[in-house]
Amino acid sequence: MNVDAALTNERSRLPWWMQLAVPVASLVTFGTHLLIAQNAPSLETHSYLLLFWEIVGVSVVLSIAQLFWPALRKWMRHMWPIFTAAILLLGVWDMVTVGLHLLPLPYFPGPAAVLRSLISDRGLLLDSTWHSLVLLVSGYVLGVFVGLVSGVCIGWSSPVRYWGMPLLKVVGPIPATAWIPIAMVVSPSAFMSSAGLIALAVWFPVTMLTASGISNTRASYLDVARTLGAKRLYLIFRVAIPAAVPNIFIGLFMGLGASFLTLVVAESVGVKSGLGWYVSWAQGWAEYGKVFAALIIMAAFFSTVMTLLFKLRDRVLVWQKGIIKW
Amino acid sequence: MDASGVRVHEISKSFPVPDAPGTNRLALSGTSFSIAAGELVSLVGPSGCGKSTLLRLIAGLDVPDSGDLLVGSAKIVGPSAERGLVFQDPNLFPWLTVRRNIEAGLVALGVLREKRNEVDEFMRLVGLEAFANAYPHHLSGGMAQRVALARALINHPKVLLLDEPLGALDAFTRMRMQDEVLRLWENRRTTMLLVTHDIDEAIYMSDRILIMTPTPGRIDRQIDIDLARPRDRTDDSFLRFRGEILEHLHFAGNAAGAPA
Repeated sequence: MNVDAALTNERSRLPWWMQLAVPVASLVTFGTHLLIAQNAPSLETHSYLLLFWEIVGVSVVLSIAQLFWPALRKWMRHMWPIFTAAILLLGVWDMVTVGLHLLPLPYFPGPAAVLRSLISDRGLLLDSTWHSLVLLVSGYVLGVFVGLVSGVCIGWSSPVRYWGMPLLKVVGPIPATAWIPIAMVVSPSAFMSSAGLIALAVWFPVTMLTASGISNTRASYLDVARTLGAKRLYLIFRVAIPAAVPNIFIGLFMGLGASFLTLVVAESVGVKSGLGWYVSWAQGWAEYGKVFAALIIMAAFFSTVMTLLFKLRDRVLVWQKGIIKW
Repeated sequence: MDASGVRVHEISKSFPVPDAPGTNRLALSGTSFSIAAGELVSLVGPSGCGKSTLLRLIAGLDVPDSGDLLVGSAKIVGPSAERGLVFQDPNLFPWLTVRRNIEAGLVALGVLREKRNEVDEFMRLVGLEAFANAYPHHLSGGMAQRVALARALINHPKVLLLDEPLGALDAFTRMRMQDEVLRLWENRRTTMLLVTHDIDEAIYMSDRILIMTPTPGRIDRQIDIDLARPRDRTDDSFLRFRGEILEHLHFAGNAAGAPA
């Protein structure tokens, strides 16, 4: 009884050291900055200071809110160690670059300088992110659509497989970026050629995985469907394709990774907009603070897109819950 | 012959041997029998005697090398909703809920809208109303097989083919399910052909038992089980049938194994 009560209590409260971890880590990191970066531009220090005041403020507010909000408490219990580590890592970064000069400048600016670039160039960064998003979505959607169609055809029909598979095996493995010289010549605009390249990069894994998923549909599912009176359309759209969906999602994930790569390369070579272009442009001016700022935006952008695809999969493959561990 | 009786006439079927290309193994040779409309017939025999092949042929999933297969007076030319099939593995579509699995046959025929209320009826019939929205992997083996039965019966097939449907279940579930299948059969009087390894099951359930000999499969003997239902598994006459079939299978095994 006592033990039970203690356990419940344990679970229902966030330990004090966990509540303090984030503000303390912030103070440590910012203190480090003040110590080592006395010569830094005051504007950098100012925005860095603002960031930490915000982190401290938010963590205090959340520490109070979690008293009344169990879901938040659960989330904090899970995330706080990670946040703490991330904040301390900023301090280490600061130490290594600005403090000890272990990495050469201007290639490795400290976190405060990167933050300053992020803030001062936010308009262009936002615009670049928007252009990247438009290009990524156009190319990805096109590639997925064509990939699904060709994958289903190759997986279902043996004549199509006979003629299509060799083509797929020979053309598919060429990295999409290797086509850039040809794409530039063939296509009417840089945007179109880049979208086409991204689509090509996505098309290969989606086709491959869809085809293998379709052709590996359990024969007994098809047999059962036939004895229920199913005709070809039912067999393809209501048996083979649903059975292939787990495989198709693997293709979608692989295609998404390939599309990020192709996007960044295509932007820095062809299209004069987007995050890939921004990075090489900033590099041209040796503004490495902006390069890192763009990398941070890319990390947030790409991982958000990846997370959205994960959410979609969790929704579509809800029937797998409990069968396999994701 | 009645519209839902089954006639198997001089059926032969061979399969290529995977290890030796160009050679064929004869699975069935001149097999003949018939099932009257509404009759429940079991097919027993040693493994590999072609029972499942026979069932697949009647389902229309395979084509015989020679011979005729008829339902009523119509020749079987391919799979159709008038011949349902239930395997040992329930083979439920894992991406569909229980309800959607049972509806599958109606969707396949494009009649879901008109017959939606029948789905409820079938869910009640197999006692699965509470699991309508569960996915197949949440079901026990017995429940999954009940869904498979309901799915096979939704289109009111004239003939229901059962390929060791209870083979993977534990002994208790198995006996309960035998009663369940009998209840469905008595309810609907669907013609049923049951392939089983379990001689007790065959005697307990069927009107008639066909005993097959292996390589190539042939119907060796037919035994009418003229016991009143519900049958008692410990009854003397039940045990007599059991002894008779066991003896016959034993003898049949020796004969097949003996040098000619």
